[in-house]
Amino acid sequence: MSSQAVSAPKSSRSRHIRLRCVLALAQKEGYQILRDPSSLVIAFVLPLVLLFLFGLGISLDPTSIPLGLVVETRSAVTDRLATSFRGSSYFELWEADDRAELEPLFISGRLKAVVILSQDYPRQRTMGSATVQVLVNGSEANTAELIVNYVENLLQKQMWYDAEARGQPVAASPILVEPRVWYNPNVDSRAAILPGSIAVIMTLIGTILTALVVAREWERGTMEALLASSISRAEFLLGKFLPYFGLGLSAMMLVAIVTVTLFGVPFRGSWLVLTGVSAVFLVVALGLGLFISTATANQFVATQVALIVGYLPSFILSGLVFEINSMPLSIRILTHLLPPRYFVSACRTSFLAGNVWEVILYDTSLLALFAVVLWILTIRKTRLTLE
Amino acid sequence: MIRFEQVTKRFPRADRAALHEVSVRILAGAITGVIGPDGAGKTTFLRLAAGLLVPDQGRITVLDHDTQRELAFRDHLAYMPQKFGLYTDLTVWENLLLYARLRGIPAAEGRASIDRLLTFTGLGPFRRRLAGKLSGGMKQKLGLACSMLIQPKVMLLDEPGVGVDPVSRRELWKIVQEQRDQGVGIVWSTPYLDEAEKCDYVLVLYEGKVVFFGPPAEFTARANNRTFLVEIPAEERRRLTREWLQKPTVVDTRIQGQRLRVVLRPEALVPGTPPEARDAAPAEIHHMAPTEARFEDAFIDALGGVPKDRVALVNRTASGENHHEEVVVAEGLVKRFGRFTAVDHVSFRVRRGEVFGLLGPNGAGKSTTFRMLCGLAAPTEGHATVAGVDLRKARAQARRFVGYMAQSFSLYGDLTVRQNLEFFGGVYGLRGARLSVAIRQMLDELELAPLANISAGLLPLGFKQRLALAVAILHRPAVVFLDEPTSGVDPLARREFWLRIDQLVEEGAVVIVTTHFMDEAEYCDRLALINRGKVIAMDSPDAIRNSIQSPQLPNPTLEDAFIAMLERANEATERDAAVTATGAERKGGPTT
Repeated sequence: MSSQAVSAPKSSRSRHIRLRCVLALAQKEGYQILRDPSSLVIAFVLPLVLLFLFGLGISLDPTSIPLGLVVETRSAVTDRLATSFRGSSYFELWEADDRAELEPLFISGRLKAVVILSQDYPRQRTMGSATVQVLVNGSEANTAELIVNYVENLLQKQMWYDAEARGQPVAASPILVEPRVWYNPNVDSRAAILPGSIAVIMTLIGTILTALVVAREWERGTMEALLASSISRAEFLLGKFLPYFGLGLSAMMLVAIVTVTLFGVPFRGSWLVLTGVSAVFLVVALGLGLFISTATANQFVATQVALIVGYLPSFILSGLVFEINSMPLSIRILTHLLPPRYFVSACRTSFLAGNVWEVILYDTSLLALFAVVLWILTIRKTRLTLE
Repeated sequence: MIRFEQVTKRFPRADRAALHEVSVRILAGAITGVIGPDGAGKTTFLRLAAGLLVPDQGRITVLDHDTQRELAFRDHLAYMPQKFGLYTDLTVWENLLLYARLRGIPAAEGRASIDRLLTFTGLGPFRRRLAGKLSGGMKQKLGLACSMLIQPKVMLLDEPGVGVDPVSRRELWKIVQEQRDQGVGIVWSTPYLDEAEKCDYVLVLYEGKVVFFGPPAEFTARANNRTFLVEIPAEERRRLTREWLQKPTVVDTRIQGQRLRVVLRPEALVPGTPPEARDAAPAEIHHMAPTEARFEDAFIDALGGVPKDRVALVNRTASGENHHEEVVVAEGLVKRFGRFTAVDHVSFRVRRGEVFGLLGPNGAGKSTTFRMLCGLAAPTEGHATVAGVDLRKARAQARRFVGYMAQSFSLYGDLTVRQNLEFFGGVYGLRGARLSVAIRQMLDELELAPLANISAGLLPLGFKQRLALAVAILHRPAVVFLDEPTSGVDPLARREFWLRIDQLVEEGAVVIVTTHFMDEAEYCDRLALINRGKVIAMDSPDAIRNSIQSPQLPNPTLEDAFIAMLERANEATERDAAVTATGAERKGGPTT
């Protein structure tokens, strides 16, 4: 072997990135995307389906809770009260004048709660303070608490208004709290969930899109031919990344636009900023997919892993459904290692609060850090031999 | 051009080295065949040469570059892996363009070389077709074209002849020979021993070791003067194959047409050898006519001959039933898919104790015919009976008389040998005691009992094949269908397989084989040649060979006959087409 050859070992590998090579691979990938509709389905149909599931299926607001109301002695006071119950969209009201009538329904679980205004209630009211019995099914603790709070609130308001109407001073409750909610004035949980769910959806889509592509090359035997054609790691990975980056970004925009137009979620930030953050996040999600695909080299395993890694933690631990602050410390620390967490926060901020630079820059810089780490891992994992 | 020095390569969890101390020098301007059965180390050899694997020991240089130090040689290397490396959802042209760009060929030059290769390979008319929709032969040609874009100095081709019909195979050889004549060094790996004779040099591998390296004629010459053809009565040829093989001086026996091909040990021919060697063929010896040795004869000889213990099978007497009963009858079978006629009036009858072969190029309609006879597809027209049961009326019932062994051995790799047998036995309707008896018999007969609790996926290829056969014949079917049963299998395992099949046949079963592997065709009593859905010839292998005998070709092989008949048939259809075309023209044209 000549000394010249020794001085340039593995010359064809350490070459700088050849743009033509990357473009050729990206174009090939583009043809494959267009001819095999499954990528297009994953990019455009799946996110919309998920968005509709999140938007319509998951709601943390109670509506139409079956509630029994027993009025043993009717009077003007009880009528007013019954009317306010009827007017509430939270309840589906079942009325009776005898508790025995509603008892079986409550026991069978058909009614979640029963409010009983006893015979004595109108009289007690004229005396100032009154007792109301509320039977609640405690097996659904959250709902039970909600009902009790709501009924209490309603009764108190009623009393206050009644007293005011009569020009009497309000004895029982001197303070009435009037809450004001910022960013989501109607406390509509859909507005809170959808922007965050966009982040979860994009984690899943981004990961799955690329999870298949490297494994596919190995399974179909085309990897062997590519390897023999002296292509570099960076060229190969870039050629894989670029087309799916375009696909992922369009999917992201589609989902965001549908959220604003169809679901009426406000958008207070800037589209440019959202696009920028999404782009950084996609580098992470697609990188994760590429990493999984490279490491497993098997399409079936890769999709399974992508589902588990891309979906479950981002759904449960990103702060979308469960408040991160109420998690145990160990889990809270864990959530910091999950990129979707930062994207959920950035998306929510963009939609509901606007360009809060503090939040957005923090989230974006952490996502960028994840991107760098993941890509280093992926590049190291990419094999250039069949070993 | 390529130099291996004491190269050893071992894979994790393998019980032996994939390649063991291999040293060869492969020359430029020649075709070197890497020959050996599946698992011999052919692919490992090629991948090492392409720099895709790292040797555990030894040194490899390609075009004077050490493959471990630099990969610059790849700019002059064409490598075609077994799975072609084609993108099935890209068109022919897009595949070529992709590889041209990946190889860094400038656009204009790339286009020119794509056009040249499209013409050269005859793929021009298919440039817009998706690679996935090409036939096996065309895929190989496209794979070859993709690897040739750079005007290589070295071509490494991994089993380009597998899964390709003889006609396409000849075309591939022509392409490669032209490259060789321009000075390109070519390495062509193949499990087919008959391809070895076309190479300039052969590297014969067996279980990772070099058996021989040099010109093929030199290797074949080792069996010269020791190979004979023996005239035997046709009815007894199966029994005699076995009996002769058990003689201590016989290395190999195999049926060739109406005769028995026998290879003897060298000692058997030398006067003054020990008596037990000389009594090779006491009375019969003068019926033996010497014949020219073939590569396969030398190969079996080099491996030490067919092991005698594998031949000592249970000798059961043939059942005394009527041997002329027609077990499978196909009459005017037609299968149409839309406007396309896959099978066009195919008729044949197969009697008890007969091995019948369906031969034809890819897409000729063999598999469709096969599927109709197995009851897996309903014929559009015509009718077929299996063991007297009409497939149209009682397909499910007929299926119980049928055993099927698929080309890819459809076994469950995660189940053990016994579990596979239990599952398939159940599928064929065997239950309880009958099933356990059948399984025990099968394990004994096919000598699988020691492996009964091993996962099928871990079995060596030869044993997998044995298990696949066991699964197919567990329910004692009257008809056994075999789909290229020994393609790629080690020749010793192939001998063993056919010895078992012979036994089944002697017991009165019918065996129907589809293949485009000439070696398997040789084992058949009768062959039907199918082309474009039609039977173009049906006869014994000898008669088919003799039908094309001519002064130019005094000793035609079955492959020669096959190709000649296909060409003749295609010419005839083209002539017919031309006649009808001119006829139509005449009718439509102005009358004078």
